[in-house]
Amino acid sequence: MTYIPLAYGDLILPALLVVMDGVLSLVLHLKLERQLAVATVRMVVQLVLVGYVLTFLFAAVSPLWTALAAFVMVLFASREIVARQKRRLPGIWSYGLGASCTLLAAGSVTMFALLTELRPDPWYHPRYALPLLGMILGNTMTGISLGLDVLITGLVRERSAIEACLALGGTRYQAVLPVVRDALRSGFTPIMNSMAAIGLVSLPGMMTGQILAGVAPVDAAKYQLLIMFLIAGGTGLGTLAAVLGGARLLTDQRHRLRLDRVSSGG
Amino acid sequence: MLTVSGLKRLHICVSFDLRGGECVALQGPSGVGKTLLLRSIADLDPNEGAVKLDGKLRESMPAPAWRKQVTYLAAEPGWWSDTVREHFTAWDDALPLVKRLRLPEDCASWPIQRLSTGERQRLALVRGLVLQSRVLLLDEPTSALDAASAAAVESLIADRVKQGASVIWSTHDDAQARRVGSRILRMSTGGRIEEELT
Repeated sequence: MTYIPLAYGDLILPALLVVMDGVLSLVLHLKLERQLAVATVRMVVQLVLVGYVLTFLFAAVSPLWTALAAFVMVLFASREIVARQKRRLPGIWSYGLGASCTLLAAGSVTMFALLTELRPDPWYHPRYALPLLGMILGNTMTGISLGLDVLITGLVRERSAIEACLALGGTRYQAVLPVVRDALRSGFTPIMNSMAAIGLVSLPGMMTGQILAGVAPVDAAKYQLLIMFLIAGGTGLGTLAAVLGGARLLTDQRHRLRLDRVSSGG
Repeated sequence: MLTVSGLKRLHICVSFDLRGGECVALQGPSGVGKTLLLRSIADLDPNEGAVKLDGKLRESMPAPAWRKQVTYLAAEPGWWSDTVREHFTAWDDALPLVKRLRLPEDCASWPIQRLSTGERQRLALVRGLVLQSRVLLLDEPTSALDAASAAAVESLIADRVKQGASVIWSTHDDAQARRVGSRILRMSTGGRIEEELT
């Protein structure tokens, strides 16, 4: 494997492109320059930091440190899920449901891949576990946040239809089923779209990375396929768990629709 | 037959009895809580108090079983599918009622969108009546109807009452309240009800 290593100095010229964006924003009064500056600084700091953190983790190969890193990743994912909701679930559940579903789905799919196909030694080796988890987490998170958003919005919008069904003796499961179906469909759509477009419209980041690092394109494609299958499975599991869990939280034992439990987020 | 004692929901606090084969009218200014009261009896909102049907507490049975016997019909009914027929388990059972309420007989295949407000209100009534519930909680069931259709609804409900059903009929129309109700429960802004004989 051969690749062309970069020095920090090699990044100065490309970084000027971002400066060009900033100048454009200033000239055209887009008022994006502050946001652009913050985003750029965040990106640089976060990526450099994560580079050093991973270097440390790869040297340590400790189950404890790896688990801690995975836990922090799940925390950030669930924060992102909450931030994307227009209306939120009650109290602890606003974070809890997203966090537990991403953990369940992304965690179990990552373990599945590590234990059955990749089998690194030791199986929790962070060089495999963390990038896999990260890629699955990002996509699962998108599915879950979309699914939950469509679920809650749908329950609010379809309130009279749901309550009509309940009033006529329908169970809460019968009553919310149409909305649950919509929510699941929305959660699954992005991953299906990206599977259909992959390779034609977009070359996935991981495959590009492997090719740049000198891996044969066909081998990189195989790796990408593995990742895509895992992502599809993780998104399916996570979205299903989150949407069903959300539907359960917004109804009660006496088969009532409990929209009083929804709070509107920022 | 239906016993409501100490039912509390927000500012509402009421107790009353409803006998079998009796229709009572529920009256009071808009926003006083008539809908809240009817929804609470059907257990559609969290509420406190003992509500019994023939001495059996509603908590002793699953909520769907309770609502099949004590059925709330909203003033503005909701529809969960696209066509009329999908809202009925057996359209043939509904057909006599559809005819009696002067609805078009071929409306089974219609999309809900095609129905007028009045047609929707009557169709929702049919949808509820096919359950053969013991108690009907009607929330302004004729608010969107012309006089002839309203009369058809009144006579249909009167037949159900003769067959032994109990009805609470919420209405803003004083004349209708006296026509359909053997008693009038008048709700005040304090959330209490007083009984008037007609």
